Amino acid sequence: MSLIEIAGITHRYGERAVLQNINLSVGRGDVFALIGPTGAGKTTLLRIMNLLEIPGAGEIYFGGKCIPRSGKQRLEIRRRMSFIHQKPQVFNLSVYDNVACGLRWRGEKKNRIAGKVDQILEMVGLEGYKDRNARTLSGGEAQRVALARSLVLEPEVLLLDEPTANLDPVSTAKIEQLISYIARKRNTTMIMATHDMSQGQQLADRIGVLLDGILVQTGNATDIFRSPQNEEVAHFVGMENIIEGIIVANNEGIATVNIGGNPDGIGIQAVSDYPAGKEVYACIRPEDITLALSSTQSSARNSFQAKVTRVTFLGPLSRVEINCGFRLVASVTKISAEDLNLQVGREIYATFKATGVHIMERKTS
Amino acid sequence: MEIWDGLSRAIELLVSLDPEVMRIAGRSLSVAGTSCLLASLICLPLASLIHFNQFRGKRALISTIQTLFAMPTVLVGLFVLVLFSRVGPLGFFRILFTPYAMVIGQILLISPLILGFTISALSGVSREIVDTATSLGASGSQTVWLVLKEARYAVLAAVIMGFARAISEVGCAMMVGGNIKGATRVMTTAIALEASKGDIALGMALGIILLFLALIINIALNRLQQR
Repeated sequence: MSLIEIAGITHRYGERAVLQNINLSVGRGDVFALIGPTGAGKTTLLRIMNLLEIPGAGEIYFGGKCIPRSGKQRLEIRRRMSFIHQKPQVFNLSVYDNVACGLRWRGEKKNRIAGKVDQILEMVGLEGYKDRNARTLSGGEAQRVALARSLVLEPEVLLLDEPTANLDPVSTAKIEQLISYIARKRNTTMIMATHDMSQGQQLADRIGVLLDGILVQTGNATDIFRSPQNEEVAHFVGMENIIEGIIVANNEGIATVNIGGNPDGIGIQAVSDYPAGKEVYACIRPEDITLALSSTQSSARNSFQAKVTRVTFLGPLSRVEINCGFRLVASVTKISAEDLNLQVGREIYATFKATGVHIMERKTS
Repeated sequence: MEIWDGLSRAIELLVSLDPEVMRIAGRSLSVAGTSCLLASLICLPLASLIHFNQFRGKRALISTIQTLFAMPTVLVGLFVLVLFSRVGPLGFFRILFTPYAMVIGQILLISPLILGFTISALSGVSREIVDTATSLGASGSQTVWLVLKEARYAVLAAVIMGFARAISEVGCAMMVGGNIKGATRVMTTAIALEASKGDIALGMALGIILLFLALIINIALNRLQQR
């Protein structure tokens, strides 16, 4: 049974609709990541779930019960969850008092508070900081105080808004570690907003893609990253190759897609159930394309001779733009880019499997 | 040379802890202290109420409060006098020309100041702090208390300013206290009287104490704001 359920939430700020008919349900113990670009409405959705804001329309169910729009019950339910805001706002008090305040507000006994606070400070690695004023801490430390302050409450639901935005890689790794530790050890239900897809993929059981206030797609990481539902999601999840085409034949689940749509165009093989005549997008992730100097015999159904048009070095990976009658972007390691001597004008072969091509319906409007 | 003469006699009065000087200074402190305490007890919750609630005319109310910062002390004196005079609506309390009347007058005088500056102190606490407290499960009153604590230095500065205004005012203390020796005579009214009688020394001694108190308050305020 779902712990939190959101039904038909619509919200506007003035004229602008920030959320449109959001339906979502998160089960107990699930880790759910809400991904989407900045301004998509992630924070607003979290604020509504934390009962900080009352949605223009729609209902929220917590443990199967509909939450009223006003009254004391909202505080009671809010006290069963905890929300870590994007910018950690520590109070101008000692680290200890910062972490203890939520327990005090719940009327917890003094000696129990001391034990719990000590334990949680040790867990986040701030045991020596008890008496420091929290305002004097660095960004990463402040974020850990914010995390400790929420975790000490042992909430049933933890809401996190961009928990690692503006943090350095080391602090980010620490926070991510803590989050996955909590998810495993305490079985806490988590809903986190992030614009970092790999973080969502790494931490979450399920992912929802929020674009312009619309929850476009929900599913597990593989669904979202391999089989995006439409062009927007595909773009957002890093599907760099989105090629227009028409299915010209379908032979027992292996479709031939004619690129560009002209009769003598290039055909690529893809796994799809769409019949011939369907207008589609063929999507290929850059890392699923192999580059080689010769046309290797392999099980891959698609192999094309191509010319390198551009090479960009991005740390350990290189982004290679090629032309094989149509434009493709491939991603190879820096070492293999050097081995293949990839430079503009170089003739190579691009190979990818039929299962590496995701076919998406193209809506002609 | 009257100044030097007066000054040396003033220092004599201070060093010898002249009982009359000490009594007057003590009364000033207790009247102003009581006014300040009572005004704070009224104004801090009231300021929170005004700050945390949205209502029609909120801006107008705050503007009015700020206008009253400049309220002349004699006007407050007049108001209290009319209210508590024998024939006045509250005359039956029979507190005119007692320290009680002075305290009431000073509360009226300094409340706008404490109220106005506490409201602006609370506005200095970011919306995010309030949201964070709410998210951590604070009830309405728990949030108010936390925000007061977050703004504690600015709130304390507001209270100290109220105290400074109370201890340094003459008009109201004179009108509703009556400057009765041994009963309602405070430092400012004593200075006014002694100066008009030509006794510079006592006035100067009291003036030095008053300035010294102002200095202590300033140092305390600075310390707090640096923290």
